[in-house]
Amino acid sequence: MEATVAQTGTEGKTWGGGNRPLNASYGKMMMWFFIVSDALTFSGFLASYGFSRFKFIDAWPIADEVFTHFPFLHGVDAPMYYVAFMTFILIFSSVTMVLAVDAGHKMQKNKVIIYLFLTVIGGLIFVGSQAWEWATFIKGDYGAVETNGGKILQFLDKDGKRVAIGDFAVPLPSTAKTHTEGNGVWYMEGGTTTTFNYEEVKEGFLANENLLIRDQELVPDMAALRASDLEADKQEVARLERSYINLDEIGEKAIYNREMSVDKLVNDGKLVVEGANLKHNEYGTPLFADFFFFITGFHGFHVFSGVIFNLIIFFNVVIGTYEKRGQYEMVEKVGLYWHFVDLVWVFVFTFFYLV
Amino acid sequence: MAHDHKLQIFRGLVKFKSNERKIWGVFTFLSIVTIIEVALGIIKPEFLTENRFLAMRLLNWIFIVLTLVKAYYITWDFMHMRDEVRALRRAVVWTAIFLICYLVLILLIEGDYIFDVYKNNYIKFSF
Repeated sequence: MEATVAQTGTEGKTWGGGNRPLNASYGKMMMWFFIVSDALTFSGFLASYGFSRFKFIDAWPIADEVFTHFPFLHGVDAPMYYVAFMTFILIFSSVTMVLAVDAGHKMQKNKVIIYLFLTVIGGLIFVGSQAWEWATFIKGDYGAVETNGGKILQFLDKDGKRVAIGDFAVPLPSTAKTHTEGNGVWYMEGGTTTTFNYEEVKEGFLANENLLIRDQELVPDMAALRASDLEADKQEVARLERSYINLDEIGEKAIYNREMSVDKLVNDGKLVVEGANLKHNEYGTPLFADFFFFITGFHGFHVFSGVIFNLIIFFNVVIGTYEKRGQYEMVEKVGLYWHFVDLVWVFVFTFFYLV
Repeated sequence: MAHDHKLQIFRGLVKFKSNERKIWGVFTFLSIVTIIEVALGIIKPEFLTENRFLAMRLLNWIFIVLTLVKAYYITWDFMHMRDEVRALRRAVVWTAIFLICYLVLILLIEGDYIFDVYKNNYIKFSF
C-alpha cells in the first residue's frame, strides 16, 4: 500500500487533510444548517405577515382584544396571560432539555431520562394550549357584521364597551335552513349558519338607541390635520367630524355616531360573522386569521415533531443505546432542534401578541 | 468531545460555578425579560405608546430589542453557541441575520407604500 499512496509533503499542514475547522461533528453541523434554513422559512412567514400588516395598518386587529381568554375563567378579561403562560412552558421545557444535554455529557443516564421526560411533558402542554387557543379564536367572542366591501362592523355601547350580537339581536320568525349538498344541487352548498342572521341583528340594532358601531379606521392626528391648509385635508377633517365621536383619542379605533352607525349597518351590512376562519374574521381583516392559523400552525407542527423526536430519543436512552455508544450527542442534536422551536416562539410571541 | 463550557454571561459580569448553574441563571434572566414584556404589554405606559422613534412606537422598539436579547441568550447558552468555534458561529448567525434584515426591510417598505397608494388613490411621485 505504501507505494501507491502519493506523498504530497503537506501532511500535518493546514491543507493536508484531516482538519476540522468548525470543530463540530457532521450531524451537529447539519442540524445547525437545517436550523438556518428553517429560520429563513419562518422569517419569510413573519416578514410577509409584516408586509400585510403594513399594507392594512389601519384595519389590523388589536392583539389584546383578540386573545383575552384564560381556561376556566369565563367572562374574565385576561389579555395575554395565557400566551405568557405558554411562553413560560416552552422556555422551561428548553431548560429541562439543556439540563438533559448537560447530564448526557456527564454520562448520567438516569438524569437524562428524567429531564427528557419533563421536556416531552412541557411540549405536550404547549401543543394542548395552542389547540385551546385555536378553538377559542375560531369560536369567537362578540360577533360582528361584515359589509359588502369586506369591512368588519363591531358593536359598542355608549361607553365604548364591546357588545355581543346575542345581547341585542331580535329573533325573527324564519323557515330558512342551511342548504347542504344532500338536499339540492349536489355541487352547491349554503354558507355557515350563524346564531343570528343579518336581519335579526339589524332589527335589534335599530330598536336599541344606545348602540354604536366602529369599523377598523383609526383616529388620525387631528391637530396636525386641522392645522393643514390643503383642501383635501379640510375635507378629510369635515368627513371625520361628521362621522365619528371619539376624535380626541389618537390611534384608537374611531367610533361612528349613531346616525352614521345606522347608515353603515343598514346600507353596507351583508352578513353576520362569528369567530374566525380562513375567509371571515370577526376581529378584523381575514388576513390576520390566515396568518395566525398558518404561522402558529406551522410552529405548532414543529413543536409536535419535536415532541416525537424527543420521545424517540427518550426511549433510546431508556434502552441504553447511547450508553453503549459511549456518547449522548444525539440528545444534543435533538436538543438544538427543540431550542430552535423555542426561539421561533419568542419571535411569534412578540410579533403576534405584543407589537 | 470536549465538554468545557464558557461559564460567564453578560461579558464576564456574572460567572457561574458549573454549567448546570449557568442554565438556571439564564432561565431566571429569560423569565425576568418575559415578565417585563408581558407587564408592558398589559399596562402600555402612555409615554411609550405616544412617542415614536423611526415611525414606530417606543413600546414596540422595546419589545423587539427584548426579543433579540432573549434570542441571543437562547442561542448562546441553551444551544451552546458560546462554546462553538468562531467560524461555525459566524456561518450560522451572520447568514441568517443578513438575509432576514434584507427581507424584512424591503417587505415592510413595500407594504407601507401599498398602504399609501390604497389610501390616497394615486402615486405620490412622478417620474
